[in-house]
Amino acid sequence: MRDRTFAPSRMLIYLVVSLVAVAYLVPLIVVVLNSLRSNEEIVQTSMIGWPRQWAFGNYLTAWSDFCVAQTCAGIRPYMLNSALVTIPATIFSTLLGAVAGYAVSLWRFRGDSWIYGVVTLGIFLPQQMRLLPWTIVLRDTGLMNTLTGLVIIHTIQGLSFTTLFCRNYYVAIPQELIRAARVDGAGFFRIFWRIILPLSPPILIVTVIWQFTHIWNEFLYGVTFTTGQQQPVTAALIALSAAVADIPQHGVQSAAVMIAALPTLLIYLIGGKYFVRGLTAGAVK
Amino acid sequence: MTDTVAAASRTGRPIPGAVRRLPEYLAIWVPLLLSAAHLISFALWTIWISFTPSTLVPVSGWVGLRNYTAVLATRNWKIAFDNLLLFGSAFVLLSLVTGLMLAILLDQRIRGENTLRSIFLYPIAVSFVVTGTVWSWLLNPGFGIQKLVHDLGWTSFRFDWLVDRDMAIWTIVIAAIWQSSGFAMALFLAGLRSVDADLVKAAQIDGAGPVRMYRRVILPTLWPITITVIVVQLQFAISTFDLVRALTNGGPGIATQLPALVVYDLMFQRGLLGRGAAAAVLMLLILLAVLLPYAAWRYLQRRRATHA
Repeated sequence: MRDRTFAPSRMLIYLVVSLVAVAYLVPLIVVVLNSLRSNEEIVQTSMIGWPRQWAFGNYLTAWSDFCVAQTCAGIRPYMLNSALVTIPATIFSTLLGAVAGYAVSLWRFRGDSWIYGVVTLGIFLPQQMRLLPWTIVLRDTGLMNTLTGLVIIHTIQGLSFTTLFCRNYYVAIPQELIRAARVDGAGFFRIFWRIILPLSPPILIVTVIWQFTHIWNEFLYGVTFTTGQQQPVTAALIALSAAVADIPQHGVQSAAVMIAALPTLLIYLIGGKYFVRGLTAGAVK
Repeated sequence: MTDTVAAASRTGRPIPGAVRRLPEYLAIWVPLLLSAAHLISFALWTIWISFTPSTLVPVSGWVGLRNYTAVLATRNWKIAFDNLLLFGSAFVLLSLVTGLMLAILLDQRIRGENTLRSIFLYPIAVSFVVTGTVWSWLLNPGFGIQKLVHDLGWTSFRFDWLVDRDMAIWTIVIAAIWQSSGFAMALFLAGLRSVDADLVKAAQIDGAGPVRMYRRVILPTLWPITITVIVVQLQFAISTFDLVRALTNGGPGIATQLPALVVYDLMFQRGLLGRGAAAAVLMLLILLAVLLPYAAWRYLQRRRATHA
């Protein structure tokens, strides 16, 4: 193997993958550099360039002073909104999905396979088919333009994925284990708590990462069902670019984009292995 | 639950099994029923609305296919549909090719494979809003790549697809490939890693070179993965919304309109709920045109596997 390492064909492979890697990194590098350049500097040159003077103040402005749609509190309130929607919805949908996945795979009950089949259809049904009904539901329950409304939507819709993930993981657990526990008198919850949950960390990590990333990055429901100060950060970013169309403030905007992208990027960096596992599990269905 | 049993024995009256097991029934059925019921009722309700004369508010009544013919007749929908065909096929094809190429390159036992794989895959962790915003800066002729090249001295350089009616849809293709070709790569790489080692060894003994090896032995085993990648990417292409909102907002004019934007526009900007619902159902039909053959294929494959 070693003598082949410097063969011309190997060099070509390294050259190509390095070039593609640089191309994939360019957008990230450009945004990071711009978030550290002053607005004047960007206007004078272009979006692509090395900072002449490091403008770390951009992050402060983006975080707490920036104006989005007449309110000048930076991106902070919208980050908080996203967190207040994403964290509860991720926890609820994962826990409920784990219980449901356990019920349809190991506990078994009459009608389990058909209801599981219907629930997984949710993976395919486009959001556009649910926009109007959610509008009516939120209006009638008084939850329009509230974070609670978004939490409920993401919890219920997330169930399709979380149930699928957990069910596919739990079917590998031998049914005899459950049967033996039932003979010993253990009930539904005790078996879940004592047997299933201790076996679950790998799939729970995958599910939590998947749900967190998806809900944090979601835009359509955020922009449809909330306005102004109630919007999640994805919707606020769009409002922000509309607001600065007249006076470009690309330095501050780049800082805002970096802040908004940071939570999911960090999760990807830390839990990369589980992230990829969820991706492939979600695809193969 | 042991508490309820204890409580029952204390009062001396046995609690019926069904009541005792109520918490269990609730835990099983409430989430599953909520999920299933919302899917079925929401889908049926939207389909029903698409046959009513609803405008600003949902009303009952029956207008047959009038909403559908109205939507199909608009220039907006025609452009959106043509764009979807172009964007869908170009994006799926190019991300397949990119993903497969990257997977094959990474499969050559190269150094730093993990780092490279992370680099090719990281864009999928950021939102389409972020991707669209960043690419709208890079592709903006006034201060993006074109401006940079001008500043470097090549003043006749032109890269203004973002504001060019005919080329703008390609900016969405570029951003979409950047965002999700890593996904194709990850699946292909997993497939390449699970190719039967004996098969490869046998081909090597037969004297197959690397090119022949890939064409004749390895790539044919990747068919199932290829189809999965195509279906997942098509599903994404059909429902693309955020990316366009952030990158071009459907413009210039309506040049980069896509079905999901038409639905949103009809429902929430023009207040034409009936037509908006009809457009949403049309989107569902396009999706089914992709998913039903896929489901049939999967079914046949599974049957063949069990019979073999």
